[in-house]
Amino acid sequence: MSNENMTTPDPNTESGSRVESQTSPRPGSEVVDSDELNRPKTSETVVSSRDLDVFYGDTQALQGIDIEIPKKQVTAMIGPSGCGKSTFLRCINRMNDLIDSCRIEGELKFEAKNVYDSDVDPVALRRRIGMVFQSPNPFPKTIYENVAYGLKIQGKTENMDQKVEDALKSAALWDEVKDRLDESGLDLSGGQQQRLCIARAIAVDPEVILMDEPASALDPVATSQVEDLISDLAEEYTVVIVTHNMQQAARISDKTAVFLTGGELVEFDDTQKVFENPESQRVEDYITGKFG
Amino acid sequence: MSQENNTPDFVGRSGIRSAREQSIKWLLFGCAALSVAVTTAIVATLLFDAIDFFLEVSPMAFFFGTTWSPTIDQAFGVVPLVAGTLFVTVLSACIAIPVGVASATYLSEYASRKTRSIIKPALEILAGIPTVVYGYFALVYLTPALEWLGLPLSTFNALSASIMIGIMIIPMVSSLSEDAMSAVPDSLRQAGYGMGATKLEVSTGVVIPAAASGIFSSFILALSRAIGETMIVVVAAGMRPRLVPSPFESLEVMTAAMVQLVTTDIAGGSTAYRAMFAIGITLFAITFAMNLASTFVASRYREEYQ
Repeated sequence: MSNENMTTPDPNTESGSRVESQTSPRPGSEVVDSDELNRPKTSETVVSSRDLDVFYGDTQALQGIDIEIPKKQVTAMIGPSGCGKSTFLRCINRMNDLIDSCRIEGELKFEAKNVYDSDVDPVALRRRIGMVFQSPNPFPKTIYENVAYGLKIQGKTENMDQKVEDALKSAALWDEVKDRLDESGLDLSGGQQQRLCIARAIAVDPEVILMDEPASALDPVATSQVEDLISDLAEEYTVVIVTHNMQQAARISDKTAVFLTGGELVEFDDTQKVFENPESQRVEDYITGKFG
Repeated sequence: MSQENNTPDFVGRSGIRSAREQSIKWLLFGCAALSVAVTTAIVATLLFDAIDFFLEVSPMAFFFGTTWSPTIDQAFGVVPLVAGTLFVTVLSACIAIPVGVASATYLSEYASRKTRSIIKPALEILAGIPTVVYGYFALVYLTPALEWLGLPLSTFNALSASIMIGIMIIPMVSSLSEDAMSAVPDSLRQAGYGMGATKLEVSTGVVIPAAASGIFSSFILALSRAIGETMIVVVAAGMRPRLVPSPFESLEVMTAAMVQLVTTDIAGGSTAYRAMFAIGITLFAITFAMNLASTFVASRYREEYQ
């Protein structure tokens, strides 16, 4: 698993059409043609699961999940509370290891390697799969130290100033904080804190960024800033985002996975297809607001 | 019953009730005021006798004098006693701070709930052992054991007393530090693990810095306890004032000097008797300043989490 190919731009992606696609209205309006809307469907799979079951004690949280998450696209996971979407997200970087009662069966592959194989080091895995959490959780350190944290623990301390600056720029936060990098990260507003957490995650150049309802604790303006940022991030990274907000999923994702109560993955397809013409009646009911 | 005379049953009893509430309030106030009154009285007593002392011995001679020999030479230089106290305090801090923080880290970050439920009370029992027992233990077991290891110790020595005081204040450091570390929100640990940090990196790089103010105040509280500790040093460290203390020799700390004055045959009202209060007020000033510092640090460096 070399690190070189992760920074090379995806040859299939035309960034020009991407910028346009962010500003134009996304799913819901049929006028958007699929070429502009979707990133190439031929893109390779980076995370996949087969028959993944997850249990918390005796309770089954996920049932037989099969999914193939495409590289350098935004995959949204939606569904009612308790449907297991966050649980799935936390399986990908083995954050569920921190919960004693959690038991996982089946297969979850990251770049062709089952991450639950006994020879996988979860610490090393998490260095390649970054995570952004529901409420902003910057460390009580300076803005600079927050972004530099991952670089420091990985010993990548050369050119650190430049890397911190790049990460803050990628997280669309640089202009707001460049003059006060030595202030505490906790002094920022909620939206800025969340973008700081995103900067912290991308500073170490992971392949995949997992986001667990990253905008749910933010006000509408901050939410839209974070949404814009997520669309930009998909040029470089694979983004998997859990969200409660269906409009958000429709706005920012290329693929959408719908989990329904009981921990089933009911539908997984292009976002436009899922929202406009779902295969399953239950998904249609959920999306049109009949329940959930 | 109340319908008969058209008086609702929530009328007419407020007088009795509020009188009772008032009396309870005053009773509780009395209890709270008692400790304040006693503290004030103690400080006042210390102060009055100390003032009498300073009328006889100049503060210069007391605070800067380098010889303490109150009964024989009438020399009242407190410097050797302060030196002894600081020496023992620093030495015991060298034991208590690393071990205390390490056990707090273990309890807060590593131990399973079951292990914690056994170890935490066990550690707190350490705090319940009478200090004279620690002193005796230092004298009878620790000093011979250290001698067996080859250290050139005299019977009464600063080293074993300091080690014992260090052990005595470990529960204070560990318990308060553990509280501070447990109060660090889990979201910060998650952030650390999510970045690919190991447990050690999360503990030392995220949790301890986030809990720093609480951990620091635990140090100060534990150290003021060490400064005021009496029995261990009286029993194990001896009563020999030294300007330059050595860990291997006996020394005398401020509290031990006070004990010595009480137990020696001195006349009440003599200068030597009043010297006891001068030491007492000096000791009080030191621990009071440390408590103030602790409060200041705790409020200044406390991080607010949502």
